[in-house]
Amino acid sequence: MSGKYNKVAYYPGCALEGTGHAYNRSTKELGKALGLELAELDNWNCCGAMEVKNIDPKLQTYLSARNLSIAQEMGFGTVMAPCNGCYHNLKKAEYDLANDADSREVTDRLSRKAGHKTYEAGKVETIHALDWIKEAIGEEGLKARVKNSLKGLKVANYYGCMYTRPRHIFPEKDKGPGTESTAKPHFMDDLLAAAGAENVDYPLKTACCGGAHTLSDSDTSTKLVLNLLTTAEACGADVIATECPTCHTGLEMHQVRAEKVFGRKTTVKILYFTQLLGMALGLSARKVGVHENFSESSAFLRARGLG
Amino acid sequence: MTSTRINQIDDIIASLDEIIAAPDATLVGAAQQLAGELLGRGETILEIWLSAHDVTPTKNKFEGFRLLALQRQGARRDTTFNACRETCRELVYHRNLVCGEPAHADTARRLRLGAMVVRHLALFIGGKLEVAGLGEFCCSSRPLRQHDAKTLAPPIP
Repeated sequence: MSGKYNKVAYYPGCALEGTGHAYNRSTKELGKALGLELAELDNWNCCGAMEVKNIDPKLQTYLSARNLSIAQEMGFGTVMAPCNGCYHNLKKAEYDLANDADSREVTDRLSRKAGHKTYEAGKVETIHALDWIKEAIGEEGLKARVKNSLKGLKVANYYGCMYTRPRHIFPEKDKGPGTESTAKPHFMDDLLAAAGAENVDYPLKTACCGGAHTLSDSDTSTKLVLNLLTTAEACGADVIATECPTCHTGLEMHQVRAEKVFGRKTTVKILYFTQLLGMALGLSARKVGVHENFSESSAFLRARGLG
Repeated sequence: MTSTRINQIDDIIASLDEIIAAPDATLVGAAQQLAGELLGRGETILEIWLSAHDVTPTKNKFEGFRLLALQRQGARRDTTFNACRETCRELVYHRNLVCGEPAHADTARRLRLGAMVVRHLALFIGGKLEVAGLGEFCCSSRPLRQHDAKTLAPPIP
């Protein structure tokens, strides 16, 4: 391990202060348990999410670039974003600024107007929470720290769409052994396996959950999520591990809605990978925010000696 | 017209549900045929979407599979179509697993999972026929992507 990710800038993003609070809590607690340091960006702003991006992608580039600029001013070369949406948007901003003169012009103009330094592409590396743990600790490091193995827990790893798409904004992926794959991502599988979990071969790891339409066209989202859940169960999974607050909330909400609207009950549990790793390291379920999830997993975890 | 196409997709989903519910022996007894049929249903789903957008579905193949060529054809005009790229590749993978080892102990399970993958494709495309923006969450950097797509995805001859 190079140690370069031992202390990184932390960009939680809006979701982790709201519906994804359990992910925020478990990410911080996991970092602490592993001896890793996070320094939250000062006065960070929304990454532009999808609302701004769909209407004015260059404005979204600026909003994300401002966060990268803050990381740079705080003296960091790396910012870690656990939310897939934030991670994706910071990566997209990096790509836009390196490849599109109009985006550079808009970002420069708005940065000057806002009174801060214009971010230049290539100064700050954006990583996901998965990269952070994988690179800073690694599988062997995790194995050595496990106090409460996830042995016997069958996990379907769901990465969602924004962790790998579109491929061109993730130039570090698909570089061969040791790097992440956009076609079949495996970093979460690797980490959970190191903590003792048994990963099932889940064919819908990056399939669309209809996230963007979760409120405007709920039936479409519910049907897509229901297929994700039933397929995970058919694979033998007890748990779907997530690494994105939007995916996580969507799976939880539509699991309930599928039962209410379509009469289809599924029992697979939905937990953040940071919660699972935290419990494997001996942290309590409460410490990693299991009680903050919408779905109920406490009894299930207790029965398996976790949390 | 859209409702006719959605009905076609609903019929495909119903046929997939039959495969998923079938006894192991039935699936194993016709493993290679069913694997081919699943791939064919995937192609039909993509054909429905392309036809709905006045595009003649290609007869060509990409990496040996027409399904992948159809997916690339769809993505050329609508980048949100990339949201089903891995789903199509998973379907090809499951077809290869079954055809490569039809007597494998996991064949029935592999066919059921393959059917669930096709079902996801059907739900996604059916959803896109009703809500064109479905899939835009991951691919919504559209203006730059469309420019970039010209170099990333060469046209299928």
